[in-house]
Amino acid sequence: MTFHHPPPDETEQPATRKAVLKHRRGSRWMHWINFPLIVIMVWSGLRIYWAEDVYAFGILGWEWFKFFPESFYETLDLNRRLARGLAFHFNFAWLFTINGLAFVVYTWRTGEWRELAPNRRSLSGSLDVLLHDLRIRKEEPPKRGRYNEAQRLTYSLVILLGALAILSGFAIFKPTQVFPLTWILGGYTSARIIHFTVTLAFILFFVVHILQVARAGWRNFTSMVTGYELVDIEPDEPDEPAESPKSAEETADV
Amino acid sequence: MSEKPEISVEAYRQRTRRSLLTGGAAALAGLFGWVWVQKQPETHRIPTVLRKGHEFNESLWTELFRENHQARTFDLEAASILRVNGRRGLRSEIDLDNWQLTVRGPDGAELGRHVLDDIKRLPYHEMTIEHKCIEGWAQITNWGGARFSDFMQLYENQLPDNISHVYLETPDGGYYVSVDVQTMRHKQTLLAYNNLGEPISELNGAPLRLATPLKYGIKQLKRIGEIQFLTETGGDFWGERGYDWYAGL
Repeated sequence: MTFHHPPPDETEQPATRKAVLKHRRGSRWMHWINFPLIVIMVWSGLRIYWAEDVYAFGILGWEWFKFFPESFYETLDLNRRLARGLAFHFNFAWLFTINGLAFVVYTWRTGEWRELAPNRRSLSGSLDVLLHDLRIRKEEPPKRGRYNEAQRLTYSLVILLGALAILSGFAIFKPTQVFPLTWILGGYTSARIIHFTVTLAFILFFVVHILQVARAGWRNFTSMVTGYELVDIEPDEPDEPAESPKSAEETADV
Repeated sequence: MSEKPEISVEAYRQRTRRSLLTGGAAALAGLFGWVWVQKQPETHRIPTVLRKGHEFNESLWTELFRENHQARTFDLEAASILRVNGRRGLRSEIDLDNWQLTVRGPDGAELGRHVLDDIKRLPYHEMTIEHKCIEGWAQITNWGGARFSDFMQLYENQLPDNISHVYLETPDGGYYVSVDVQTMRHKQTLLAYNNLGEPISELNGAPLRLATPLKYGIKQLKRIGEIQFLTETGGDFWGERGYDWYAGL
C-alpha cells in the first residue's frame, strides 16, 4: 500500500508566480486622489448646471433627451444649490488642476508616458480590442508593453479630456480676464457647451472603466493599490534573469 | 524609496497588506476631510474654508487684473434688449421724474445729490457686450451711459485716497451690492440709462443702473438710489446669501 506524499508547502516549491511592478507609487496616489476630486467636480458642476439647464440631445429639432429630468436633480439633491455648487466647484477646481498637472509632469519625468502613448496603429488596434471585448472576435489582441491599444488610446484621451475640462473651465470662470482662451473655444456659450460635453465624456469613461476593471479581475484591480501584479512565470523562463545581454538590456530599461 | 521592477510572491503579500492599510487610512483621511468641510461653521451661508477659497480667488484675479484690458465687444446687430431676471429692489413704486441719486462718503456723510440730467451731462459712452448671469445664461446687449470713472472724478477731491469699494443700493434698500473700485474705475463700467439706444425699462433698472462686462449680473445693480464710497467692502445682497463677494469675470 502506498501513500501519496502530502503536497509540500507552497514555499518549498519552485516559484511559479512573481509580482511585477505595474503602477508606480506616484501614479497610484494621483489616480486615487483624482477619483474623489472628479466626483466632487461633477457633483458641484451639476448643481451649477441646474440653474440654467438648457441642454438637450436630439437631431434636427427632435429632442431625444433633456439634461436633466427634474427627478434626477431631486434624487441627487442638486436643485436650488447654485451658491454651494459654485463654492465647491471654484475651490476644488484648484485641487483637480494641481493633481492633473502633477500627474502629467510625473508621467513625463518618469518616462511612464511611453506606456500610455498611442501610435499610428492604435486606432485599428483599438478596434480589434473592442471586437474581442464584445466577444465578436476570439483571439485576444496583443498588449504593447503594459496596455493594449484601446487602453493606450483611452487613457491618453482621458488625460486630454482633463486638460480640456480645465481649459474650458477657466474660459467660463474668467471669460474677460482670460479672453484669448474663451475666444479659442468659440466664445463663452460655446465654452460652456464644451465643458458640459467633457463632463458627459468623463462619465462615459468612468462607466466603461469600472466595467473593464471588473472584467479584468481582482489581481488587476489590486495592482492599482499595491503597484504590483501577480503573474505566472512561464515554464521556460528562468526564475532569475540570466546574464545574457538581452535581458540585461531589458532590466536596464525599467 | 524606489520600487523594484519585480518582487517575490512573499514580498508581494506583505506589500498588499501594507498597501491596503495605507489605502484605507488615506480613504479615511479623505472622508474625514470631506466631513470637516461640510461641518465647518459657515461664513455668509457657505463653509468658512470655501469662503476663504473665494477670497483667495478674489486676491489672485485682482492681482491679475489689467485696467486697460477690455472685455470683448460685439456688433450692435447681435444685441437685444436684456432679459429681465430678478425684481429685488424694484418692487416698490418709482416716480421717475423725481428720482434722485444720493452720494455718500465712507463715513456715511452725504456728499451730493444728482438728477438724471447731471449724469447725462457726463461724456456719453456705448458698449455692446455679453452680459453674463451667474445662473449660466449670457446675452449680448448694448448699454449707453456715463463711465463711472467720470462720475467718480466729480468727487475725487472729497474722497480719501484709500477708497477700495463702491456700495450701491436701490431706493427702497431691497437690493444692494459692493463692487471693488478697480472694476468701478474700468472704462467698461457704466452708469447706464440706455439699453439699445432706448431708455432702460423699469424692470431693467430705470432710470439708472450699473452695467459692466467685468461682473456677473448680480453685481449690476438696477435702479440706483444711493452710492457710497467705502474704504473696505460693504454689504452685498447675494454675497451674504452664499455667493462669491467678488463675482468677477
